[in-house]
Amino acid sequence: MNGNGRRKKIFQSDMASYAMILAAYLAAELFLRSGAAGSLFKGLLVPLCIYSIMALSLNLVVGISGELSLGHAGFMCIGAFSSASFSMLMKGQGLPNGLCLFLAIVIGALSAAVFGFLIGIPVLRLKGDYLAIVTLAFGEIIKNLINALYFGVDERGAHFSLKDGAALKLAGGGRIIIKGAQGITGTPKLSNFTVGIILLLLSLFLVLRLMNSRTGRAIAAVRDNRIAAESIGLDAARLKLLAFTISAAIAGAAGVLYAHNLSSLQALPKNFGYNQSIMILVFVVLGGIGNMRGSVIAAVLLTLLPELLRSLNDYRMLIYAVVLILMMLFTSSPSFLSFRRELLLRLRGRGKDGREVS
Amino acid sequence: MKKQSSMLLAAAMLLSLTACASSGAKSESTASEKAAGGSAKWKIGAEGPLSGGAAVYGNAVANGAELAVKEINEKGGINGYQIEFKKADDEHDQEKAVNAFNSLKDWGMQVLVGPTTSAPTIAVGSEAEADNLFVLTPTGSAVECTAPKNVFRVCFSDPAQGTKSAQYIGEHKLGKKVGVLYDSSDVYSSGIRDAFVEEAKKQGIELTEDQQFTADSNKDFSTQLQKLRDAGADLVFLPFYYTEAALVLKQANTMGYKPIFFGCDGMDGLLDVENFDSSLAEGLMLLTPYSADAEDERTKNFVKSYEAQYGDTPIQFAADAYDAVYAIKAAAEKEDLKPSLSVSEIGDGLEKGMTEIQLDGLTGSGMRWSAEGDVDKEPKAVRVENGSYVSAE
Repeated sequence: MNGNGRRKKIFQSDMASYAMILAAYLAAELFLRSGAAGSLFKGLLVPLCIYSIMALSLNLVVGISGELSLGHAGFMCIGAFSSASFSMLMKGQGLPNGLCLFLAIVIGALSAAVFGFLIGIPVLRLKGDYLAIVTLAFGEIIKNLINALYFGVDERGAHFSLKDGAALKLAGGGRIIIKGAQGITGTPKLSNFTVGIILLLLSLFLVLRLMNSRTGRAIAAVRDNRIAAESIGLDAARLKLLAFTISAAIAGAAGVLYAHNLSSLQALPKNFGYNQSIMILVFVVLGGIGNMRGSVIAAVLLTLLPELLRSLNDYRMLIYAVVLILMMLFTSSPSFLSFRRELLLRLRGRGKDGREVS
Repeated sequence: MKKQSSMLLAAAMLLSLTACASSGAKSESTASEKAAGGSAKWKIGAEGPLSGGAAVYGNAVANGAELAVKEINEKGGINGYQIEFKKADDEHDQEKAVNAFNSLKDWGMQVLVGPTTSAPTIAVGSEAEADNLFVLTPTGSAVECTAPKNVFRVCFSDPAQGTKSAQYIGEHKLGKKVGVLYDSSDVYSSGIRDAFVEEAKKQGIELTEDQQFTADSNKDFSTQLQKLRDAGADLVFLPFYYTEAALVLKQANTMGYKPIFFGCDGMDGLLDVENFDSSLAEGLMLLTPYSADAEDERTKNFVKSYEAQYGDTPIQFAADAYDAVYAIKAAAEKEDLKPSLSVSEIGDGLEKGMTEIQLDGLTGSGMRWSAEGDVDKEPKAVRVENGSYVSAE
């Protein structure tokens, strides 16, 4: 296959990904307009975007740069809290909603990127699983730190405390923004499905462009063979740091969406803890490491599934686990893959070599 | 190959999305059919963590509410209409709570008894405000829970409990040096503690030591207890739930540290903890609006039928939910509401009715509600003696 053919194929595949998201968007919008959509359906649209973006973000680290991050929920947490603090400060200042959300997204993404950058500097110079260990700790530290943090403003400026609200010593008229374990209450609800889809498309565009750029190929080269890549003059640490920082920024943006979708924001183990990070990793692994479209689909399916099974009460946990195993077999078991290949060949009615098989 | 499989997955995704949507639409239409028809029923939903770490509380709320619904149905329902009841799991997570709320709405819910915990209550409250759906949380105790006008609660707010505890300790001069141990990662615990510390200063109580733990380290309290002992605290305030309290009492006993321990309503349930030596709790005091050992007729009946139905002793959460359903009944009867009204009309009616009723329930007699949604009731101070509660007055 020559270079042109390869490029054409990548282009087609990228377009198919965008088309899939746009089609899903249009279908959902049409459905909403028709008036037949239930509340659960409406309420799930934004979370679906959030988790798809998270899956893309983590796939950038796991799939392209070949590192393992077990604390991606931590970056989401930073994005959520920094942006929600910003919108709380801006509340009642007459800032238009759209502009406020835009600035919030920028702030959330930037602050998460800064943390990603700072963590990446020492860790990505090392070889081995250090990033996994450090990010795991990072996610837990961030969660606990936020739970202990009190942040308030009055006319003298911002005050921080790790003790309690009274220690802020706010002057009259001051407001507490982050109230320790209670987090932020009353965040304006600015997220909506359209914004979610735009962010998702933007993240996908960013990730796919990076993948197919010179830099992206260099990152992949470092992943596949660090020694060979370094021998031709690539700066492995710098490239990995770049991918990790971008990934953190995207996760931060997802956090902004999360924070502005609910009126109360708390760092619970459930939403920003270790389990959430693992859940996002599950989306990536089941969707296919390095396969962006797959990870979006996996994120959507696995977020929907527990809600669809709600009527089964406790059994839904059981079924969820079974579905996870089946999905894993479906996407990676060798015997199933060969069965799938045979089936397709028979369907097409003509022989074709198995080179395409993933 | 990759393409085909992903297309297949995408198709599955779309299919499931429509499945999700159509099931929602179907239940909505049946709801409106029922509402329009003659055999209308009330639809009351309950919500709380039915699975996960906080499942004890969510299940207690769901069971307590269900029990009340059954009793009311047997006695002819509210204003002559039977009640349909459904519970949903929120896993103690804001996002799941909104999902659970939406699924109940799709079912046709008119009134919500829940959510159980504070953060979900705040998240659901603002969603429900848009529809003016009446929310009566049995146990969402953070101040902000009742900020929307359609949200009321049965329990005390956290600061109210902290303040009342400090007043009680100050007025009865229970301790010369008071120490506090609390869960800084928990909203309930830190909310009570903040108000307690504030009020303690006004009461002239000497606070010696302020110790904390988090949900990640709630098994070993020996360091904190040692510090409290070194500071000479002769009364230790424990504003958290009985599961941790059982460990604290055990470890304090091992150390030979014997101050007066003082708890809040979350402490109720301690004497029923499995493998807990109740002699360790001798002398423990707590301020609670409800206790399963109370001698009055109402509590006795409730505990008896709850135990028969669900097999364990009802904790305060169950009692709050039980009272919540009866409060809704009283308010609906006061305003003469019918299930055929729209959700918003029922909401308006109940918001008005709640401020006008006076309810004798399990968690207090003569309970009254303010328009802000907070309850006015008196907590009872009890002391543990010979393995059961006695009034401390």
